[in-house]
Amino acid sequence: MILGEGTEGALITELVFWTIALSTVVSAVAVVQIRDLFRASLFLIVTLLGVAGLFILLRAEFLAGVQLMIYVGAISVLIIFAILMTRDLEEGSTSHSFRIPVALVSLIFMGVAIYAISNTEWNIIGSETLNQDQMNQAAGVFTNGIPTLAKLLLRDFVLAFEVVSVLLLAAVLGSLALVRGR
Amino acid sequence: MTLERFLIIGAILFAIGLYGALSKKHAIAVLMSLELMFNGVNVTAVALSRYTVPKVLSESYQTMDNAASFLLTGQVFAVFIITVAAAEVALGLAIIIAIYRSRSTVLVTEAADMKK
Repeated sequence: MILGEGTEGALITELVFWTIALSTVVSAVAVVQIRDLFRASLFLIVTLLGVAGLFILLRAEFLAGVQLMIYVGAISVLIIFAILMTRDLEEGSTSHSFRIPVALVSLIFMGVAIYAISNTEWNIIGSETLNQDQMNQAAGVFTNGIPTLAKLLLRDFVLAFEVVSVLLLAAVLGSLALVRGR
Repeated sequence: MTLERFLIIGAILFAIGLYGALSKKHAIAVLMSLELMFNGVNVTAVALSRYTVPKVLSESYQTMDNAASFLLTGQVFAVFIITVAAAEVALGLAIIIAIYRSRSTVLVTEAADMKK
């Protein structure tokens, strides 16, 4: 294996992975289970931090930084701000009466997804799927991820990139128009 | 095993978010659950781009000059998902605040005028 050699399967990596995975999943459950919305949003921040840690374990350092800046930095502040703006009804986040069937549907979805994941033959990066030349290229891609990502974004996906910037502009203008007092 | 466990975490996050988005009354709680679902999808996309090879890459014997860069397509998708999620949250919270101003409620069950 070429990728992440030496760290993959090492005890410390396993330990870090299971710590991050456990805290991510537990705090995600807390987000949907805690009645107090403000505390739920704090647990949401823990989940987003855990996902950033998973990105680092997946060798996507740029995405981990983006996750920290956009989700942990901006979106959580927006959410807390909105909670404080609309707080005076002290009802908390209660559930509908049909939460049991919804929980069943989610559990069934999770079961089907895990079954499908563990029964699929994945086309894993390795000597069976790539020749030596491509293996060297792939190693370069993952050790030099950010320039490659930049080339992809600004060359192969440049149309989507520009459209997304227009979408962001429209969202900003729309939210300004919505919250402006009349 | 290493790929599957990341995918399973993505699936678990998505399922928890699905449960929250469908069962919560408070609109901000629904938005937070949507964030969980987006994050599950992001973990899945990045894990797939880290561990799997696109079919076109493993079958082409002459190497294209930028072929290996397509290994990062999952990360590109994650970038776009994060951007769209940011736009969605900004707009969604603005709509929630507008609804709260006009009828002083944030429960999705109360804002049901189109049902009548």
